[in-house]
Amino acid sequence: MIQFQLNGRPVQADVEPDMPLLWVLRDELGHTGTKFGCGVGACGACTVHLEGSAIRSCVMPVVAVAGQSVQTIEAEGDAVLARLQAAWVQHQVPQCGYCQSGMLMAAASLLRQNPHPSDADIDAAMTNLCRCGTYVRVRAAIHTAAETPAPPKTEVA
Amino acid sequence: MSPHLKTGHLKSVASATPASDAGVNPSRRRFLLAGAALGGGLLVGCSAPTPEDRLGSPDVLPVREGHVSLNGWVRIATDGTVTVAVPRAEMGQGVFTALPLLLAEELDADWDDVRAEPAPVDRIYANQAMMLNALPFGVEEEGWLVRAGSAALERLGSVLSLQATGGSSSIRDAWGPLRVAGATARAMLVQVAAQRWQVEASACRTEAGRVIHPDGQRKLGYGELAADAAKLAPPEHVRLKDPKQFRLIGRAAPRQDIPAKVNGSAVFGIDVRVPGMVCASLIQAPVFGADVASFDGSEALKQRGVLQVLRIPHAVAVIADSWWRAKQARELVKVQWTATPHDAYTSQDLARAADEALREGFGMPYVMRGDAEGRIEQARKGGAVRAEEGAATKVSGPRVLEARYHAPHLAHAALEPINCTARVHEGRVELWVSTQVASLARWRAAQVAGVDTEQVTLHLPLVGGGFGRRLEVDMVEQAVRLAMQTQGKPVKMVWTREEDTQHDFYRPAAWADFRAALDEQGRVIAWHNRVAAQPPTNMATVRLLPWASSKLPDKSQIEGAFDVPYAIEHMKVQQLQLESPVPVGFWRSVGHSYNAFFTECFADELAHAEGADPVAWRLARLGSQPRHRAVLDEVARRSGWGTPLPAGHARGVALQGSFGSICAQVVEASLEGGEVRVHRVTCVIDCGVVVHPDTVVAQMQGSIVFALTAALFGEITVAQGRVQQSSLPDQPLLTLARTPKMDVHLMPSAHLPGGVGEPGVPPLAPALANALFALTGERLRSLPLRPKPKAGATAVS
Repeated sequence: MIQFQLNGRPVQADVEPDMPLLWVLRDELGHTGTKFGCGVGACGACTVHLEGSAIRSCVMPVVAVAGQSVQTIEAEGDAVLARLQAAWVQHQVPQCGYCQSGMLMAAASLLRQNPHPSDADIDAAMTNLCRCGTYVRVRAAIHTAAETPAPPKTEVA
Repeated sequence: MSPHLKTGHLKSVASATPASDAGVNPSRRRFLLAGAALGGGLLVGCSAPTPEDRLGSPDVLPVREGHVSLNGWVRIATDGTVTVAVPRAEMGQGVFTALPLLLAEELDADWDDVRAEPAPVDRIYANQAMMLNALPFGVEEEGWLVRAGSAALERLGSVLSLQATGGSSSIRDAWGPLRVAGATARAMLVQVAAQRWQVEASACRTEAGRVIHPDGQRKLGYGELAADAAKLAPPEHVRLKDPKQFRLIGRAAPRQDIPAKVNGSAVFGIDVRVPGMVCASLIQAPVFGADVASFDGSEALKQRGVLQVLRIPHAVAVIADSWWRAKQARELVKVQWTATPHDAYTSQDLARAADEALREGFGMPYVMRGDAEGRIEQARKGGAVRAEEGAATKVSGPRVLEARYHAPHLAHAALEPINCTARVHEGRVELWVSTQVASLARWRAAQVAGVDTEQVTLHLPLVGGGFGRRLEVDMVEQAVRLAMQTQGKPVKMVWTREEDTQHDFYRPAAWADFRAALDEQGRVIAWHNRVAAQPPTNMATVRLLPWASSKLPDKSQIEGAFDVPYAIEHMKVQQLQLESPVPVGFWRSVGHSYNAFFTECFADELAHAEGADPVAWRLARLGSQPRHRAVLDEVARRSGWGTPLPAGHARGVALQGSFGSICAQVVEASLEGGEVRVHRVTCVIDCGVVVHPDTVVAQMQGSIVFALTAALFGEITVAQGRVQQSSLPDQPLLTLARTPKMDVHLMPSAHLPGGVGEPGVPPLAPALANALFALTGERLRSLPLRPKPKAGATAVS
């Protein structure tokens, strides 16, 4: 039985120690907001926070998070995440939406470590993949949430 | 009469112009579809339903407590909530917002009260605009007309009731029916209010979900009127708004699907959880078409949670109580595969077949204007110039310019891996699937399970990326076959990323030969283009209907090549169809995705051969295409075309009409350490009346990223009969850090709505290749774009 904190509450799972955290979250605990995209840590759709920092849960054996605090997109009461979610709605960021949980968790981790990131900081931190191509809006929404000057808005006439 | 005339006629059937359709006559207007004039008398005789025919009866919609349906598209609740049935898949292109917007506009609903829900499967929801786009118009040579007619017949039969999301057609299809449905419902609500007040209906107004008494004071909410309105017969005649009266169309409305997509609550196919569900992971035949000869699942069955090891066509499946356990256990299954005739097949085999076809094959002519071949032969006496890969071309005097272009197979790589959940129990099938083709999914499930389609219940979760991949129903067939062997337990089948890459229906690899005759001044007088590729629509049709012919003219293979907008006196464009074991399908923008690269780069070559500016060269040949001209003018102006750039930067331009819209892009690029950097993309689109502007901008932004990914990295190769690429690191996707700045401009337009999901894709690759030519003088004629390292330059790994 492996125990950890999930979004502030204790949880436990009777699973193999090498089952990736992603599948424990999705299949055992019913938290399907965290997505499976590649299973090799390349796309970032499975990004969650471990002790406040972004990790890729598809390559994280659940045993490695035992006794620690895990936060997912379903977390409530996180001011940074809430600010990002509001900015995401303001900029109408998602298209299909599949990668967006991971994007938001990566962005929340970035802002927690660097409350006012530059474009270069965003480039370096946001390595999650989006097939719909929402990147320009991801960047703009992070700036909005961080209250840093955003690049000029895309022109719409 | 030419087929092009008929196409224009059909467009006016699918949805009349905003200016002319105020006051639609609903009295059973019928139009003959497709080829009424073919061969001077061959009548297809199939009538296209009008928007009024598609109003539908209220009982099409599922019953909800406290709601009444007024037709097949809208339900109104006693609290005033308006629910619009959306028969298209929400894939992030905003249909759950834009389609309700059309209905709400004519209903005069309060937008805050409007909700969207997936429509059931019914004939009224069939995608007529997409169907019309599939017809092989463009075939001009008399001899091909009859064959085109047969093709139209077959296609019509198979897709007439196709409830599908593709071909950038959702708005084009919904423009008529949803507005008529809204206006009809509004008229019924007004009539009830007028009766209650004992006033003339025509003296009442509507606003924000309420009918307003002629005194301007008394008001009745739609929720108070709907139950009585449902007892009325729909009016025979409704007047649609003049576009000047639009309150919702063309304005910003927040997308309805977004809130659930930022808090993890959005449910995609892969998130479906059904009580008693088991999970499946497959071992699929690595070689195309191979089947299971034998397998041994005994070791897998000893693993924790593993319940069954099953066989379905072309695959073995492990069934377990969790997907990860199923996936782990499949490593322990031993499978022997049958031999196939193409166990040694490689991409080079297809390249050789293409070369042979282009040298010797007979091409179906799609365009025959003037005498292109005669003029080219004449000019050849002045000497041919064959362009070498990478070399710039310069000619003087009457000459022939020749070039061969190539684009590879591509994967869709939607981020949600292919999945499907199915239950087969007591003669019924229940299906949960992220799909672009609801009606086909239901049909295929019924066919596989051997039940009537009425016995199939379909659930339509959100789609985590379609791009054409989810126009296929292979996953439905697999999941139903599994569920037929699990004693009534629901089965959720999920592919790995590796399977998703290796078992796709790929964008066809394509080759194009160009020959152009130039006059004394280097001006083009003749254009001959032959395109060799597998035909995607034919291939998809045969997968569904094995008796259908795979040899018919296939517009989707040649689109973007036969409809080049430039006035060139002599033009011939031919299609050559290749055969290959590699399955091909519809990849965002389909034939345009490679033909725009071919034609817009070759046009650039012709401009340079003449010594003309590429924008000026195009404008000079767009005299009869005012919309193309305006789009090109605008993109040149906004991009600062011709103005100085930082050292080492250059611009390229491309223009492509597709899916009813016209899009031009200017790309500013440089080379850094041998790597292509794209700094800025200026994008201008004329997509007719804009229904939801922010969605159009988002689609342009997304299309640029999608197309840039393909232009820089996209390539699927085959060796030993199997795809060589596997997970994402093998087929990189563009990252945020490499995303260029974008300036997107929507042309104000009163034309009928055009598509927006795809038209932003085709111009990017040629605009980038043309920029790289301007930068280096090296002409890149193959995708992905890989500039040769300069002699002495540092190699970049």
